[in-house]
Amino acid sequence: MQIKPVLTALRRHKAGTVLIVLQIALTLAIVCNALFIIHQRLQHLSAPTGVDEADLFVIYNQWAGEQKSKQEIDAQVRTDLDALRQLPGVLDAAPSNSYPLRGGGWDNFVGLTPDQVRPTSDAAVYLGDEHLLHALGVKLVAGRNFRADEIGTLGLREELHPSQVIVTRALADRLYPDGSALGKPLYSMSTTPSIIIGIVDRLQTQAVEDWQSAYAYQSMIWPMRLDWPSGVYYIVRARPGQLEAAMREAPKALFALDRQRIIDPSDGGSFAQIRARAYDSDRGMAILMGIISAVLLVITAAGIVGLTSFWVGQRRKQIGVRRALGARRRDILSYFLTENLLITCGGVLLGIVLALSMNLWLVLRLGAQPLSPVYLAGGVVLLLLLGQGAVLAPAMKASRVPPVEATRSV
Amino acid sequence: MFTYYLELALRSLRRSRGLTLLMVLAIGFGVAASMTTYSVFRAVSGDPIPWKSSKLFVPQIDMWGPKGRNDNGEPPDAMDYTDAMALQRAHRAKLQSAMYQVSPSVVPTGAGKHPINVSGHAVFSEFFPMVDAPFRYGGAWDAGADNQRAAVVVISRKLNEKLFGGANSVGRSVSIEGRDYRVVGVLGDWNPQPRFYDVVNTGGFNSSNEDVFLPFERAIEVGMPNDGNTNCSEIPAQSGFVGLQRSSCVWIAYMAQLDDAAAVSAYKEYLDGYARDQQQAGRFGWAPNNRLRSLPEWLDAQKVVPSDTRVSLLVALGLLVVCLVNTAGLLLAKFLRRSSEIGVRRALGAQRAAIYAQFLTEAGIIGLAGGLLGLLLTGVGVASVSWVLPKDIAALARLDVPLLLLTLLVATIATLLAGLYPTFRASRVQPAWQLKSN
Repeated sequence: MQIKPVLTALRRHKAGTVLIVLQIALTLAIVCNALFIIHQRLQHLSAPTGVDEADLFVIYNQWAGEQKSKQEIDAQVRTDLDALRQLPGVLDAAPSNSYPLRGGGWDNFVGLTPDQVRPTSDAAVYLGDEHLLHALGVKLVAGRNFRADEIGTLGLREELHPSQVIVTRALADRLYPDGSALGKPLYSMSTTPSIIIGIVDRLQTQAVEDWQSAYAYQSMIWPMRLDWPSGVYYIVRARPGQLEAAMREAPKALFALDRQRIIDPSDGGSFAQIRARAYDSDRGMAILMGIISAVLLVITAAGIVGLTSFWVGQRRKQIGVRRALGARRRDILSYFLTENLLITCGGVLLGIVLALSMNLWLVLRLGAQPLSPVYLAGGVVLLLLLGQGAVLAPAMKASRVPPVEATRSV
Repeated sequence: MFTYYLELALRSLRRSRGLTLLMVLAIGFGVAASMTTYSVFRAVSGDPIPWKSSKLFVPQIDMWGPKGRNDNGEPPDAMDYTDAMALQRAHRAKLQSAMYQVSPSVVPTGAGKHPINVSGHAVFSEFFPMVDAPFRYGGAWDAGADNQRAAVVVISRKLNEKLFGGANSVGRSVSIEGRDYRVVGVLGDWNPQPRFYDVVNTGGFNSSNEDVFLPFERAIEVGMPNDGNTNCSEIPAQSGFVGLQRSSCVWIAYMAQLDDAAAVSAYKEYLDGYARDQQQAGRFGWAPNNRLRSLPEWLDAQKVVPSDTRVSLLVALGLLVVCLVNTAGLLLAKFLRRSSEIGVRRALGAQRAAIYAQFLTEAGIIGLAGGLLGLLLTGVGVASVSWVLPKDIAALARLDVPLLLLTLLVATIATLLAGLYPTFRASRVQPAWQLKSN
């Protein structure tokens, strides 16, 4: 197929060509960026927590009525936990101050020496007893779990520092990159060391926002029961397949022990609910970008169909002449396909520039990430295919114009 | 003449139904996407207290020094107890209040009732006139109650419904954390979004209600712990809530009302003077590094408007632009197809202006039809936005008359703009050429 006659013809439809080039360029720019945003959000929201999500649920238990003493609260927490562990549907239960994906919570700086000015890292703090690892379903990969006699208690804003901690592998590697963390000390905003006695495979932090992505899996577990007057989280792991029954029975069992409590349904719940809550903005953004991209592609395709159909209608006579002079059907078909390819290529070239500048703006103004070239390349291929697909029907119609058309005067 | 153009336009649109439908759909979807995201953006970027936001200020004091500053040299975004109380006692603004978030339990009267958890703030009496909180019954407590640490409470209308069935409950008592508080005021419908008086602890947008407001020093006295963020640059020397009050940890929000520029600069000077005094006293080992931002500046600095809403609005506007370019291309094709018709009209004496009128009428009709479809789709979009966005934010998006009018207006004006170039080309058609060839 010769390109020159196509270009000559296009020069006679400058405005239409420019508009369709512009449309393709803008579509490419927006779709690339939107798909990239979708990819990032999906990647973000499918990050594993490291816990047994299928069987896990969390009860946010708040204490009501007159403020109880730390000892009274501790006794109640232990009674509650015994009751929960005895439920037929429950595998294990543990008290904690928080849970992964809660949306925020207690973080501490950690360092390697007591007088370190710049901390080595930040880390999420989870409190729990000797049941916590089993209740969460996290895997211990080195060292040992806490013993029952090592578990302390933490009252309201008490400044206690544990002498032993369990850390995640991510935190262990951050502190001791040579892999020698087990048995070594860490200093968590304190002058007394906490010895790393165990390392778990993976346990995500509480917040999922961008600011904490630098230490997303750096968590530590302190051997303490939280005895704050406000409340405590019970991490409950149901036996496989018995999540629903356990979730029904657990609050009943707790209320049967003591009515002076509030179980807040807007916090905690099954892990599926927790995950949905933590990532609702990511999921929403991905859906929104998906809808907009789809509408955009449909409209651009329809625009190409519309404009090409018009051009075909306008050139019926010329097509007839070409056919009468011996052009085959596929010559006509390939003429329109080539024309569209040229236009789309122009649009794509402009679109690459637009996509990159739009992304640059997002990076500079809104702290987005730089566009991956894979998405740019994907967008280019997508639009080239879209253009060829859209032009196919009108081009087929053109190829069916009979040679006799050349002889018709009007 | 207009009715004639209208008839011509309708006839022309009917002739190519597919193309017309395509243009109307494109405009409809483009406008609806933009308007839906705009409704969300408008909701989250709106001024929560437009009549006085420029008079409300948030002071920041650098009590942590260089090691606690972030990369921009910003001091902490909340206050420790010592400095908040110093500012409150100095009382240099017209109205001011330190405040902290609480989440106490309330036990409804009557046997067998379950205790409920409520959230609210411990504030000083000047808080209420400062934020213009509307009262349904009673009013705020007075400064005397602040000083006496009186057991009084202002409750929300919602809590009043729950506890007292909506009756005037002023003078009755509420059991909060096991102690009795006398109701002095019941608020009217008041749930400002963003929760401008304490965006640090509430995260700005919050679908839950604020149910109780208690005297600040009363809450401190009974040891009602703070429920919001606590940030420390060093570990407090003492344990417990009292230890927190003696530490440099920040957990208190502060707001002051300053009515004019003179008051603002005087307050700024006071803050710097205060920081210098602390420096001289040896408490701060650094020069004053304070901030005093007006409420709009503060909301901006705290990035209360989620960047997602900006990105969505931008992308949706991009979609609208593509739809318009698309419409322009199709209109161009459609108009030029009728070159011979234009030629005849021009040859018979029609002015260029008449051609403009005819084709812009046609574009306007498409715009209006697109706008009507856009209205429908915007309605669907706003209704289903909760399915896509976090509920705290989605709940704020509303369909109202200005938004509907804007939808129609944007659709029509945008389509007229898109039709401008095609019409210009149509008006340039040379009558002689068209008549000659056929």
